[in-house]
Amino acid sequence: MSDSKNISLEDRFQEKIDNNIQIEPKDWMPEGYRKTLIRQISQHAHSEIVGMLPEGNWISRAPSLRRKMGLLAKVQDEAGHGLYLYGAAETLGADRASLIDDLHSGKAKYSSIFNYPTLTWADIGAIGWLVDGAAIMNQVPLCSCSYGPYARAMVRVCKEESFHQRQGFEIMMALCNGSPEQKELAQDALNRWWWPSLMMFGPNDSESKHSAQSMKWKIKRFSNDELRQRFVDMSVPQAKILGITIPDADLKWNEETKQHDYGKIDWEEFWNVVKGNGPCNKQRLKTRNKAHDQGKWVREAATAYAEKRRQRNANRAKTA
Amino acid sequence: MNKSLLNYTLRIADNNLILGHRLSEWCGHGPILEQDIALTNIALDLVGQARNYFQLAAEIKGGGATEDDFAYLRDVYDFQNVLLTEQPNGHFGETITRQFFFDVFNYYFTQALTKSTNSQLAAIAEKSLKEITYHLRFSSEWMIRLGDGTEESHAKMQQAVDDLWMFTGEAFQADALDLEMVENGVGVKLEEIKPYFDQKVTDILDQATLSLPEGNWMQKGGKQGKHSEHLGFILAELQFLQRAYPGAKW
Ligand SMILES: [Fe+2]
Ligand SMILES: [Fe+2]
Repeated sequence: MSDSKNISLEDRFQEKIDNNIQIEPKDWMPEGYRKTLIRQISQHAHSEIVGMLPEGNWISRAPSLRRKMGLLAKVQDEAGHGLYLYGAAETLGADRASLIDDLHSGKAKYSSIFNYPTLTWADIGAIGWLVDGAAIMNQVPLCSCSYGPYARAMVRVCKEESFHQRQGFEIMMALCNGSPEQKELAQDALNRWWWPSLMMFGPNDSESKHSAQSMKWKIKRFSNDELRQRFVDMSVPQAKILGITIPDADLKWNEETKQHDYGKIDWEEFWNVVKGNGPCNKQRLKTRNKAHDQGKWVREAATAYAEKRRQRNANRAKTA
Repeated sequence: MNKSLLNYTLRIADNNLILGHRLSEWCGHGPILEQDIALTNIALDLVGQARNYFQLAAEIKGGGATEDDFAYLRDVYDFQNVLLTEQPNGHFGETITRQFFFDVFNYYFTQALTKSTNSQLAAIAEKSLKEITYHLRFSSEWMIRLGDGTEESHAKMQQAVDDLWMFTGEAFQADALDLEMVENGVGVKLEEIKPYFDQKVTDILDQATLSLPEGNWMQKGGKQGKHSEHLGFILAELQFLQRAYPGAKW
């Protein structure tokens, strides 16, 4: 009995999805859908939070007051993205504190791109241009994903990400129009960030294990390789405008496919960084844990004070 | 060029820049995501205000001077911020205490500056006051929350108050420049805002179950360019790129 009931619920759920009717928190949903979403949304939230670190690294050294404010505001936006996304995960029954614990214990993943170091100011430009650019490629389709709260969070996020990308490109532009040394900084940053940016789209479609089900549920709308191709095709003319060279000898326009062919991605490096062996994995987690641990007394005090106030107000109400 | 007016304007700008810089060091490291965002907001406000004052200073100085020249190309002895603003962040409670003391001063100072006979300074003050009002509310609330929170937080906050109080006197000690600017109606009468500062600090510390330390020795020197060792390191980071690539546009 319960089986046939489940089947009909599941059928109705899929029918809604097929008809592009968004799923809301109170609607029935399969456990797998809920779990997949919690994993995907919380990973995304963690990426926003860890992503604050490599760029935050340059706030104190930004080269002008205007750039300093631009970068501060950008990193603050990422914190805001983290908040919206943890909020969206909570609508699925997850709890922000335990999601954050999973990040800090190393159990939860976040985007591997943030395990690379920011060595020069040009990295701030390259990250805005390429990393925010790749994030937009990945995230714009999610603005129409099947889960309402996630889709709505992504609409706000994407607006800000496209601002970040323009800001990053503008930083690159200033460097490329600057002195020869500045242009060298820009080229060096592109050399280091290009391949990790391509890896942001995840493994090749043939290797990607969650894709088919996620496509059916419309929480993923294009394949990793499709999105990666779009990113390459978008970036090539931009690099040309900047006058710097994408570090890929195999990169060339393919007249037949009307898109760019590009070289082989070093998947060994990718999986190594995923497994924790990237240049900054340990450093990033240590920094996050340190901030969290050092903030413990603050969170405890805020809770204790709120409780005291509640009691005082209750007593006041009693005596009144 | 009116050199006194330039220096007075820089003095105000420097407080905002240096404290804004300090707060910006928290970005990504806050105890709670919401507070990370809040501290960054205040940092953005302060750096924004510093820019307004630096732009005015550039106008006063003339000769193609820019806001960045003041921030990036002066050395320690040229900066006139009060020592309080350059103190290290320490723990969250120390940052809040430093912020609270500065906000109380800054609130009454800026309020008085809106009456300046220099209309440009008055206009910047007017624009800044709304932001500063919010800063003061934020830091006051956290003083109370942490002071009256747990035993541990109370002890940490009392220690922060004890350590930072000696940096609060300097802001109210009028030097020759302060007096000159009061005389011509441009500057703020520091002895007039001091009672308001004392009243507000006492009121909030009372609510926070905290007390002021016994001793009343006050450090001074920042306004005259005699700083703590901390400022040199702030400038080393702040100015690195402008110093390493002279004349470059960013
Ligand atoms: Fe983001
Ligand atoms: Fe972003």
